[in-house]
Amino acid sequence: MRILGFKGIVLAAGLALAGLGQAAAAPAAPAAAPAAATAPAKTDPMLAMDGAPAMLPVAGVGMPVDGHVTLQPQVTPNGRRALWFHDAILFPLITIICVFVLILLAWVVVRYRRAAQPVATKTSHNTVLEVLWTGLPVLILLGIALPSIGLLNAQFKPAPDNAVTLKAIGNQWYWSYQYPDNGGFEITANMLKERNEVGKGERARTDADGPRLLATDNRVVLPYGVPIRLITTSNDVIHSWGVPAFWIKLDAVPGRLNETSFTIEKPGVYFGVCSELCGARHGYMPITVEAVSPAVFAQWVKAKGGTMPSAKPAAAVAAAQPLPETGAAFEAGNSTAPADNATAEAPTVTQGATANPAGAGNAGQ
Amino acid sequence: MTDTALHPSAFEAHGDHGHGHADHDAHHAPGFFARWFMSTNHKDIGTLYLIFAICAGIIGGGISGLMRAELAHPGIQYLTTWAAYLPGGEQGLDHSLHLWNVLITAHGLIMVFFMVMPAMIGGFGNWFVPIMIGAPDMAFPRMNNISFWLLIPSFALLLASPFFGGAGTGWTLYAPLSTYGEPGPSVDMAILSLHLAGASSILGAINFITTIFNMRAPGMTLHKMPLFVWSVLVTAFLLLLSLPVLAAAITMLLTDRNFGTTFFDPAGGGDPILYQHLFWFFGHPEVYIMILPGFGIVSHVISTFSKKPIFGYLGMAYAMVAIGVVGFVVWAHHMFTTGLSVNTKMYFTAATMVIAVPTGIKIFSWIATMWGGSMTFKTPMLWAIGFIFMFTVGGVTGVVLANGGIDDYMQDSYYVVAHFHYVLSLGAVFSLFAGFYYWFPKMSGRMYNEALGVIHFAIFFVGVNMLFFPMHFLGLQNMQRRVPDYTDGLEYWNHFATIGYMVMAFSMIFFFVNIIWSLVAGRAAGDSPWGDGATTLEWTLSSPPPYHQFETLPVIDGGDGHH
Repeated sequence: MRILGFKGIVLAAGLALAGLGQAAAAPAAPAAAPAAATAPAKTDPMLAMDGAPAMLPVAGVGMPVDGHVTLQPQVTPNGRRALWFHDAILFPLITIICVFVLILLAWVVVRYRRAAQPVATKTSHNTVLEVLWTGLPVLILLGIALPSIGLLNAQFKPAPDNAVTLKAIGNQWYWSYQYPDNGGFEITANMLKERNEVGKGERARTDADGPRLLATDNRVVLPYGVPIRLITTSNDVIHSWGVPAFWIKLDAVPGRLNETSFTIEKPGVYFGVCSELCGARHGYMPITVEAVSPAVFAQWVKAKGGTMPSAKPAAAVAAAQPLPETGAAFEAGNSTAPADNATAEAPTVTQGATANPAGAGNAGQ
Repeated sequence: MTDTALHPSAFEAHGDHGHGHADHDAHHAPGFFARWFMSTNHKDIGTLYLIFAICAGIIGGGISGLMRAELAHPGIQYLTTWAAYLPGGEQGLDHSLHLWNVLITAHGLIMVFFMVMPAMIGGFGNWFVPIMIGAPDMAFPRMNNISFWLLIPSFALLLASPFFGGAGTGWTLYAPLSTYGEPGPSVDMAILSLHLAGASSILGAINFITTIFNMRAPGMTLHKMPLFVWSVLVTAFLLLLSLPVLAAAITMLLTDRNFGTTFFDPAGGGDPILYQHLFWFFGHPEVYIMILPGFGIVSHVISTFSKKPIFGYLGMAYAMVAIGVVGFVVWAHHMFTTGLSVNTKMYFTAATMVIAVPTGIKIFSWIATMWGGSMTFKTPMLWAIGFIFMFTVGGVTGVVLANGGIDDYMQDSYYVVAHFHYVLSLGAVFSLFAGFYYWFPKMSGRMYNEALGVIHFAIFFVGVNMLFFPMHFLGLQNMQRRVPDYTDGLEYWNHFATIGYMVMAFSMIFFFVNIIWSLVAGRAAGDSPWGDGATTLEWTLSSPPPYHQFETLPVIDGGDGHH
């Protein structure tokens, strides 16, 4: 997975450089890099110079793969822990139980068919057996409960003070995001439509954006290696913000702030979907997360007009050195053609959102 | 006390049979209208329930066919065409997508409230609970009748709602999608439909509890009651205690929708999560309401065709009681992603897992019942054995889903869809078919065709497994529930599942041909077609039973153990 993720970066950089080469009118690469460093607010490090996303999704990472039968690869510590719990404990256990029952059934069907057993016995009690098949499942369940409780504890560990806060707000039918710790700027993410579904001049999905029904026009950009505090709420009905590669799913409930946290370990593009029925276009409000280095994240925040908390070393790093993958930073602007259902001004105040006691409990425990 | 005359047709009046006490039997079967529309006879009402459930099952199953057709390939295939036939068809894509939500809502509500429950409790419960406890009829025959007839307007309201916009809220009717998210009268119609169905079930539950507690034949102690009666008794208590909570919750939905209250609207101090708590306080017992009578049916079938009494009878009975009790304190495992606190999640994780213990007792006791038996594999037995394995598969994925930490991935994914279809579509439905084939000779007086029955089972078994097993994979790859379209990386298993649906649907041809052929030309069944293994009281009566049975109460002698 590390290799794949790394490959994504290399690919992205390659694409960016290729874009540079093709743009005859563009200034030479060395000239562009200082420009990026001096005037970061005017560039979007997430975009290559042709306006395409700089980071490409990697097949099989953060998205479904046709015909596959397993859980998606995990890129967060809790995700890996939960994946291990499922793959190493739960899945083998349920398989063994099913095979055991199947073998018992096959045995009685063969051994006690009428031809083999013309006269039935009259046994209808066996205390030892009954105690055994009550007690053994209890022990097995205790064996499951221990790692299960441990996993819950880990998932509910509150985010540390230096965490980056992402506020995901559900709307019918798109997600808007705020970065309250970074100046509170907001982005809106609409699903990208196919070429044959959009009008002339409108932006359509390309493979660089991601798979059909999963790619969004604006990606949620988050730093990897830094704890993320996710807060969800909604402006209308209940939605659910879920990214399977992070093992995260949290309902976005109007009037509530739900909170959880995770740490992305690898750069990459990860896709998720709204997972609570929210009306007609429930299946058309995907989630695209792009995990970049803290330095690039800082650059991106600046490009969006946000600020980095001064205590964060990441900001200093970003200011000091232009990164390879942003070498192609170019005046592509952060304006992508909005999809038709985008609200130009997404509401910045969630309706009377009161802190949810339970949600607050999430963070506290 | 028993009637040994043979009655070859289910639908002829039985007033002319010549049993010993005919001369003092003043209750001859009434004419057609009075018999079927004003019935107070538990067997006739049971038959009405079964016919109703079969009709509803055809509609609900047909809707799932529409859904699988749409899901066979990525992209929107047919929804736009279908939507054009409904009012407002010119409204474009959103209208078509809304139709999808209407379909999933209707499929869920129909299968739960109008297929499984009427068949299990109204159909087989009405038919066999009084007979098995040696009672002449239900305690409140007229209430029994209105229980059934309330379902007709209830179903009509639900079926009419798509023509008034359609309720696209899912069967759970979550607020606020069901309050300000869905204007128009259709959600109100769905809510009123549930009110009527709920009232019907509450009346039915009262009737069963009263009947079972007060009308058992002399000697029929609680601990000698057949397990099917036990299962209906537990189910009736679950209905009685859970349905009023649903009624309260959906009444609050109604007033939120129409009278300006804000029970579930945060803008007025309400809470959408409160609705979910109320709904699932009903909803979780509801899933046991659907499966418990199936447990009872399977116990009878296994015992009959193994020629052995049920292994661990008391354990089996009290396992059902335990499932019913614990089923009331696990509801929030349907809400693991709504922002529950860590302690709440831990409690509901642990409590949910506890249910696996009594369920395990039942699975192992069924196998132990067959152990040492002399088994024959008639169609009902095939369904019952299929039930045991399919319910095990559905049960173990339930243990996976019980883990609150795991649900951060699985919640609202197709893994959940696979899980509850394994316990319901392959659990409850298999037990319904087991019961149907098992009691068909008793109810109709004619044998079904064994070959057609076996073919039905074999093809259905393959079909539903092809249909539902790949849904585990889709869930693990994170396909979310309730969407008509999916990303291209999910096509393979979706296509596979749709083929499975077609196989399943094909098998149903054999079922319907079998019913019709058997009702018309099946050979006479005789009182007890399944031989020595069938020990409950219904097999002491004629097939079909006389219009009024047990005019002289049977006496159950000690220790005969027909459980």
